[in-house]
Amino acid sequence: MRALPVGRHALLLEVDTADRAEALHAELLRRRAAGTLPTVREIVPAARTVLLDGLADPAALAADVPGWRIPPLSAEAGERIEIAVRYDGPDLVEVAGLWRVPVERVPEIIGAVTFRVAFCGFAPGFGYLTGLPERYHLARRATPRTAVPVGSVGLAGEYAGVYPRSSPGGWQLIGSTDAVLWDAAREPAALFAPGVRVHFVPEGG
Amino acid sequence: MNTRAVEVVRAGALTTVQDLGRAGFAHLGVPRSGALDQPAHRLANRLVGNPPDAATLETTLTGTAVRVRSTTVAAVVGAPCTVRVQGRPVAWGAAIRIPAGAVLDVGPATAGLRGYLAFAGGVAVEPVLGSRSTDLLSGLGPAPLADGDVLALGEPSGPTPAGADVSRCPGPPSELVLPLVLGPRRDWFSPGAPASLGAARYTVASASNRIGLRTDGPALSWARTDELPSEGMVLGAVQVPPDGRPVLFLADHPVTGGYPVIGVVPEEHLGQAAQAVPGTPVRFTVTAP
Repeated sequence: MRALPVGRHALLLEVDTADRAEALHAELLRRRAAGTLPTVREIVPAARTVLLDGLADPAALAADVPGWRIPPLSAEAGERIEIAVRYDGPDLVEVAGLWRVPVERVPEIIGAVTFRVAFCGFAPGFGYLTGLPERYHLARRATPRTAVPVGSVGLAGEYAGVYPRSSPGGWQLIGSTDAVLWDAAREPAALFAPGVRVHFVPEGG
Repeated sequence: MNTRAVEVVRAGALTTVQDLGRAGFAHLGVPRSGALDQPAHRLANRLVGNPPDAATLETTLTGTAVRVRSTTVAAVVGAPCTVRVQGRPVAWGAAIRIPAGAVLDVGPATAGLRGYLAFAGGVAVEPVLGSRSTDLLSGLGPAPLADGDVLALGEPSGPTPAGADVSRCPGPPSELVLPLVLGPRRDWFSPGAPASLGAARYTVASASNRIGLRTDGPALSWARTDELPSEGMVLGAVQVPPDGRPVLFLADHPVTGGYPVIGVVPEEHLGQAAQAVPGTPVRFTVTAP
């Protein structure tokens, strides 16, 4: 693990795999809950890093972190939620073709995966979900769509995601959901917070 | 009908409700947002007897005009401008008493970019995730002001104070000098890049906004060709996109980004950045972390 200084009050912790980044994020949350982490305003996980912002003494933490023992992420860690999906995405047939499977196999493949929200970004409540086996990883669309409807379920690279609002986007769209991913007036506002486990179940299935 | 309210007569180019922002939600993809020139926002509140987290109106270049529904104390600071009540000039940078029904006109900035208009009691729009700030990146908080909007005001928390020291707020910069603490991705640039950045002369680009201050000037090139996985970004981060022109992240910046950050400008210098009009010369003074 590397601890990179970010200005005078933040620290970027970097590891070499997505799994380690998620395990590090979980460890930071455990330490914060246990009161053993210095006061911090934001803990922002990302693909290979966790940013700690609003630290009084980032250098002290940077010196301490390399000595931490970080347990690998347990498969049962985190809240589990189910998202009902209609497999009606405009890219469903293309995705099945790229995977070399019949279209009706796509819901089974997705349904067998325990996804995990690795991090959020792009828009409030947009979670980057890891867990898709590598053979199913897909490139983004060559030309992004100017408007992807709210609730669209998509795939890009190693990630799956659900659009919390209508926005431009280049993900391969396989389906849609009525689940409300983001509602600023709700507690919690985001359905997909980092660490949450997600299962996609076929609607009515 | 709430009588403690203002009606927007002239919204101006871009006028938004701002407070100290919504910290603590970056992990959900929510930018911090908040007033860009925090010292000016705080001073405006102090002049009218508000706590620092009361919401003010942040104007951009052309000011704004509102009709007050009941007698109200207000103050305008930030970018200097002519302030009028019912067409008569009144003090800038001081508490002013506006009679019920009168129009307060915050004129175009004579220098700088962003004005802060505070009302005793603060602008009382409904908070979103603990803040009333308009976040232009993610669309949280109230929409930018439009002509005819009515904004409720809160109850003043106490008497108008005797005054505050306006001179402690620096004026808009004729040259923007930004201290930059190197890291976290200085290794994405050639060893000579920090020195080149320090020696280079940039200007504020016209594409700058609440998300970031963009620069025109010499391009900094990356020393690497691989892709940087998205990582968390802080307020004041100086990101270098593929075109090589540094972008200084301001309050509505995205919480994660995939271009390398060569260094970070400490927050206390960002108020000056908020007042630098396009074309203002920019210089970075580079220090090691």
